[in-house]
Amino acid sequence: MSRVLAQPEGLPGRRLSIRRLTLTDFRCYRHLRLETDSRPVVLTGANGAGKTNLLEALSFLAPGRGLRRATLAQVARRDSAGIWAVAAVLDGPSGRVEIGTGIEPGSTRRALRLDGEPVKAGDVAGLVAALWLTPAMDRVFMEGASGRRRFLDRLILAIDHGHAAHAGAYDHAMRERNRVLKEQGADPGWLTALEAAMAKHGVAMAAARRRGVAQLDRMCAARQGVFPAARLALMGDVEHWLDEMDEAEAEARLTKALVQSRSRDAGAGATTIGPHRTDLDVRHAAKNLNASDCSTGEQKAVLISMVLSQARVLLTEKGLAPLMLLDEVVAHLDQTRRLALFDELVELDAQSWMTGADQSLFDGFEGRAQFFQVADATILNPVADATNIHKETGNLTHEH
Amino acid sequence: MAGAEIEALIQLLARLPGLGPRSARRAALHLLDKRETLMSPLAQALSTAATSIKACTVCGNFDTVEPCAICQDRARDDSILCIVSDVASLWALERAQGYRGRYHVLGGLLSALDGIGPADLGVDDLVSRVQAGAIREVILATPATVDGQTTAHYIADRLSGLDVSVSGLAHGVPVGGELDYLDDGTINAALKARRGL
Ligand SMILES: [Zn+2]
Repeated sequence: MSRVLAQPEGLPGRRLSIRRLTLTDFRCYRHLRLETDSRPVVLTGANGAGKTNLLEALSFLAPGRGLRRATLAQVARRDSAGIWAVAAVLDGPSGRVEIGTGIEPGSTRRALRLDGEPVKAGDVAGLVAALWLTPAMDRVFMEGASGRRRFLDRLILAIDHGHAAHAGAYDHAMRERNRVLKEQGADPGWLTALEAAMAKHGVAMAAARRRGVAQLDRMCAARQGVFPAARLALMGDVEHWLDEMDEAEAEARLTKALVQSRSRDAGAGATTIGPHRTDLDVRHAAKNLNASDCSTGEQKAVLISMVLSQARVLLTEKGLAPLMLLDEVVAHLDQTRRLALFDELVELDAQSWMTGADQSLFDGFEGRAQFFQVADATILNPVADATNIHKETGNLTHEH
Repeated sequence: MAGAEIEALIQLLARLPGLGPRSARRAALHLLDKRETLMSPLAQALSTAATSIKACTVCGNFDTVEPCAICQDRARDDSILCIVSDVASLWALERAQGYRGRYHVLGGLLSALDGIGPADLGVDDLVSRVQAGAIREVILATPATVDGQTTAHYIADRLSGLDVSVSGLAHGVPVGGELDYLDDGTINAALKARRGL
């Protein structure tokens, strides 16, 4: 399908860029096709126009549940019978590919296609790396550990695809165990089997977090400029065990701890020990304050700092500049920080997708980005040059 | 667009794994084009299969004879039993032609969230079968998913008091790998490199 594109075949580079995005029955979009060049993309429009839905669609091209953590049924457009598709033509280091995902008729599981062929999640996990920031993350330092843990895991799985598999397997085994514990006369052999799986995947998860936080902390600590340097530390039993023992010993220790906590966990209706309880401690380095004690504006700056730092980790470790999905991020930044953000995104060579209520928020980004106006689930016009939009009606793009 | 009968046919075809409405429409049109050479024989074959094929009461395989042809085959090795989650896995192992022992199809995997426990998989019957027979080795060939490995772990545990060696496939495949998706060489290599549990 790439042959129908007017632009020349994408040259291998370190930048990931979407060249065409097609949505079918996704959220508010019945059918949308948007063609872009490799520069950053700015989407402007009123609240509820459908800007965030576009970013969410892009986030589904990366492993995981997307930037709203929605269920597969939730993202389907109403009246679409649960069938939806997101497809993109993507230029990346390995050339141009067409990647698609969605729910196909007769299935409730998410399908993935690469150049039209059905593939498994593992086959495309390394293809699309995306990092994002949304307004929902603004209070991540103020609220419970689960939000910070999710934020961290999300950052790590952009670089370590195995992390998602282990986290998913751990979570599944834990939910199974919680269910078995709920039953009268729970089969101890069954619990033992599930605890073995939890220990294996849980320790692998903790080890991946330790590697990921070490890399990100180094990058964050070295930051200069208007987005503050930050120091990160993991707070979790299993992560701490790995300071003093190898993974096999930690597995044995977690297995033992799970066996010992069976009756307590049955009473609590939840598993009370394990890496699903880990927290991330973030400190503003210059102020030497926990991020939660900083002002709202400074917390946002620390978040941006972490996401930009992880993009740099990806660039250093994998030679890959990820897609940056920044939802309503610029509105709360002052002019200095806004300009610094634009500069850094351009320097990263990342195709960032940014949203904002109106174009004036992006003064200083003209010429370096492409602008689109979104209203009522359609792209009204390319505000800047050199972009074409085709609106089409037709069939699912993932079925050939 | 089409009449109710064609629409019903398309909707049934679309429920087959791997087919969407567009492929189902294409398949329906193809069948109508090849009414004599394909559609009628297919209808006949479906009807025969629906009435004559049963699950083997010994191993769980599908066959028209009871016990199934594999269970009746005297040339096969009675001392090895391979445990699989479903018939698709059994067929995959048979296609690969690297295994000459007997089978046991569980008909699923342990999944508390789906309400499938040891009793639903007939684990007691499996234990009896191993206790009673001439079985010396049990190979657990469940998928490399959490449920597959939990099931393998559980069964290995239940068999641990018996006089059999229990091994698992060497899954050099990514998490989630199912036998049906593997090529014959990989399946045979995984069998050969099986490890004690
Ligand atoms: Zn049989």
